[in-house]
Amino acid sequence: MAIVTLTINDEHLSGNDSDSILTIARQHKIHIPTLCHLDGLSEVGACRLCLVEVEGSSKLTPACSTKPVEGMVLHTNTDRLQRYRRMIIELLASEGNHQCAVCVVNNHCELQNLSYEMNLQYVRFPYLYPKKELDASHKDFIIDRNRCILCTRCVRVCHEVEGAHVWDIAHRGIRCEIVSGLDDPWGDSEACTACGKCVLVCPVGALIEKGATVAEMEKKRDFLRYIVTARQKREWIDIHEEG
Amino acid sequence: MEATMKPRVATVWLGGCSGCHMSFLDMDEKLIDLADKIELVYSPIADVKEFPRDVDVTLVEGAVTNVENEDFAHRIRRNSRCVISFGDCATTGNVTAMRNRFSTDEIMHRAYVELADGDPTIPSEFVTIAKLRDQARPLHEFIKVDAFLHGCPPTADEIWFTINELLQGRMPVLPNAYLRYG
Repeated sequence: MAIVTLTINDEHLSGNDSDSILTIARQHKIHIPTLCHLDGLSEVGACRLCLVEVEGSSKLTPACSTKPVEGMVLHTNTDRLQRYRRMIIELLASEGNHQCAVCVVNNHCELQNLSYEMNLQYVRFPYLYPKKELDASHKDFIIDRNRCILCTRCVRVCHEVEGAHVWDIAHRGIRCEIVSGLDDPWGDSEACTACGKCVLVCPVGALIEKGATVAEMEKKRDFLRYIVTARQKREWIDIHEEG
Repeated sequence: MEATMKPRVATVWLGGCSGCHMSFLDMDEKLIDLADKIELVYSPIADVKEFPRDVDVTLVEGAVTNVENEDFAHRIRRNSRCVISFGDCATTGNVTAMRNRFSTDEIMHRAYVELADGDPTIPSEFVTIAKLRDQARPLHEFIKVDAFLHGCPPTADEIWFTINELLQGRMPVLPNAYLRYG
């Protein structure tokens, strides 16, 4: 690990070269919007909201999955980036069925909050209104694929933290969707421990608790921090190894 | 000021639940102020048969869900200086568009056969009811919309703010606190 110096939005900063640009920006209270990123999970760079401009490069770079280089000059909130971020939210809105008014996480939704941040007055692209399925076969939870934005937080938390790997992504392109097992009903999954981590990390109303009604569900994501810290300290693994 | 000099305002109810108009009525005593300031030339709460010409501002509730809505949307645009999408159904399709996953045949069967109290009959002549479009879609996909009033429904305060801005000759730029879906 080495310290690098870099410039973000004309501010001279330093950070660890093993941290991502996103981490360093946040350490210095520079806001970069994110959606698929969640502290404690691996990075996939799927949502592209955290794209930043790097001087000397014509490509845009995802801040969550890019490491800093000495002398890097970055811009996080240019007109171009704002335009693209708004477009990303518009595409996510048009590719799903997000009826906020009847959604369980209405007013507690990361997609909704981002649409406000991007000042999204309306969606310029034609709505696709896709026919997505809802699976309520699990005893405690529901997956409503109409709301899913394919951030894959559920896939990652189940694999990386719970170690069950119930979720995965099926199909390609516009037909992509989150499936349980080999596209079986969630309720039939023998791997699922019903821990509910996927439900808590889901940024939208795609994974929800049964019995929750409109605007009722507020997801608490702090638990992940405790698990990750405990794991870093090897608290559980040591006990297991001694056993 | 003479009555004819007042801004001519219309409100229209397309494919929605009328909740936005209920919210309009929720302005309560402000409606009395408003009645002094505007001439309400067309509205579901006024008995006017034809959408008039030369309207200054039209608030449109609801998605475009049937062929009549679509014709009406174009007429509204031709006859209005300013068109406002009034609420989430007009802006996104919202709940009205939840029927888009079903075919119109399935929907008509559900409404007129499965849920019929007696004499289940699917209307074949579209005289008393308008023919459904294949999909319910937001207003701005059919006509140019000048501003958007969000929410399901927009609150009375938001409606009051918007109308006041328009009355003062400004296109309403809603404060960020008013930008909200659902």
